Amino acid sequence: MPSLKDLRNRIASVKATQKITKAMQMVAAAKLRRAQEAAEAARPYSERMGAVLANITQAIGGGGDAPALMTGTGKDDVHLLVVCTAERGLCGGFNSQIARLARDHIRKLLADGKQVKIICVGKKGYDILRRDYAAQVIDRVDLREVKTLGFVNADAIAKKVIHLFNEGGFDICTLFYSQFKSVISQIPTAQQIIPAGAPSAAAETTNGGNAVYEYEPEPGEILSDLIPRNISVQVFRALLENAAGEMGAKMSAMDNATRNAGDMINKLSITYNRQRQAQITKELIEIISGAEAL
Amino acid sequence: MAEAFQFELVSPERLLVSEQVESVVIPGAEGEMTVMAHHAPVMTTIKPGVVTVKTATGKEERYVVFGGFADIVPSGCTLLAESAVAVGDIDRADLARRIQEAKEDAADAKDDQTRSKAEQFLSQLTTLEGAILPA
Repeated sequence: MPSLKDLRNRIASVKATQKITKAMQMVAAAKLRRAQEAAEAARPYSERMGAVLANITQAIGGGGDAPALMTGTGKDDVHLLVVCTAERGLCGGFNSQIARLARDHIRKLLADGKQVKIICVGKKGYDILRRDYAAQVIDRVDLREVKTLGFVNADAIAKKVIHLFNEGGFDICTLFYSQFKSVISQIPTAQQIIPAGAPSAAAETTNGGNAVYEYEPEPGEILSDLIPRNISVQVFRALLENAAGEMGAKMSAMDNATRNAGDMINKLSITYNRQRQAQITKELIEIISGAEAL
Repeated sequence: MAEAFQFELVSPERLLVSEQVESVVIPGAEGEMTVMAHHAPVMTTIKPGVVTVKTATGKEERYVVFGGFADIVPSGCTLLAESAVAVGDIDRADLARRIQEAKEDAADAKDDQTRSKAEQFLSQLTTLEGAILPA
């Protein structure tokens, strides 16, 4: 049985922890709002990009001059996985969920006899994946120093990927990130970005109708300029969704921690009070029995 | 007064402009063009340069864009820029960095085609610098 002093110390320490988790929760909430705004602000671009892409693919009509980034190399021997995770922990199962999805994917690919290469974006994913697949990790991108995610960061990653593709480093590229559904639910997602595949014609531009476009320069040339840009946009979107998801996960994890600490304080206080009462009673009994003995 | 149409300038980070405008001057890859209402549908890539927007209220705004493309339809014009800033907010250091990068690209180009492309990009950037930064 711990002494009263021990209990007091423990209550004080749990209270200090609770204060920290509470503060972290509030910081995460503020950052989440900012991340969500950033994700929202980036949406128009990727939407329009999708529409334009659909439009041009239609113009080309799946002709032979579509760039390789879109049609692929025609093989699927070497897979590149870009695994995007957070830079920091303390956000519940956020990082491990993404890593688990990636690991399942890798295991399946390896079982099929494919070659796997991994690029880790974010420190946490690297920490998890290097345990099993250190040999496959060919590169890692550290975004720790980055205060606000910009398109530049995504562009740098995309350039790396495209460069590798042009060198024939891989055939299929899949992007792993966490889709931000809501504050309490983030869905780990795998998205194939190379080959991009033809976007559905359903994204037909609404304001243009079926008007015949003029292209400057040729559609094929625009497309070859557009596809790499689209990959950057996809990576950027994944990073933004990840940032929002990380903050959401951190917020709910810290909320849980704060609540747990509260429960613990309650329990400890009850034990403390009970013991204090027992001690008082004991002292009273001692006094009374002492007085009776006289 | 000319008829107004909807113009949108979008960068990956955010929607910069979305308003009714009278005319827009776009630095197209194959030459500058002025877009007004009821323009024939055109899709063009753009080179680094200045976009001049004349709003329906008669104000003139200028933005610096670094590559991207424009989607023009009779009812409106959408400009997807890789990066765009108002001329007043341009960061000299950033521009200098881009020029430096372009120079390096031109220097490490492996074949003639990429080199000529990189050099073209570099010259566009330096022209842009000369145009917006009065020495």
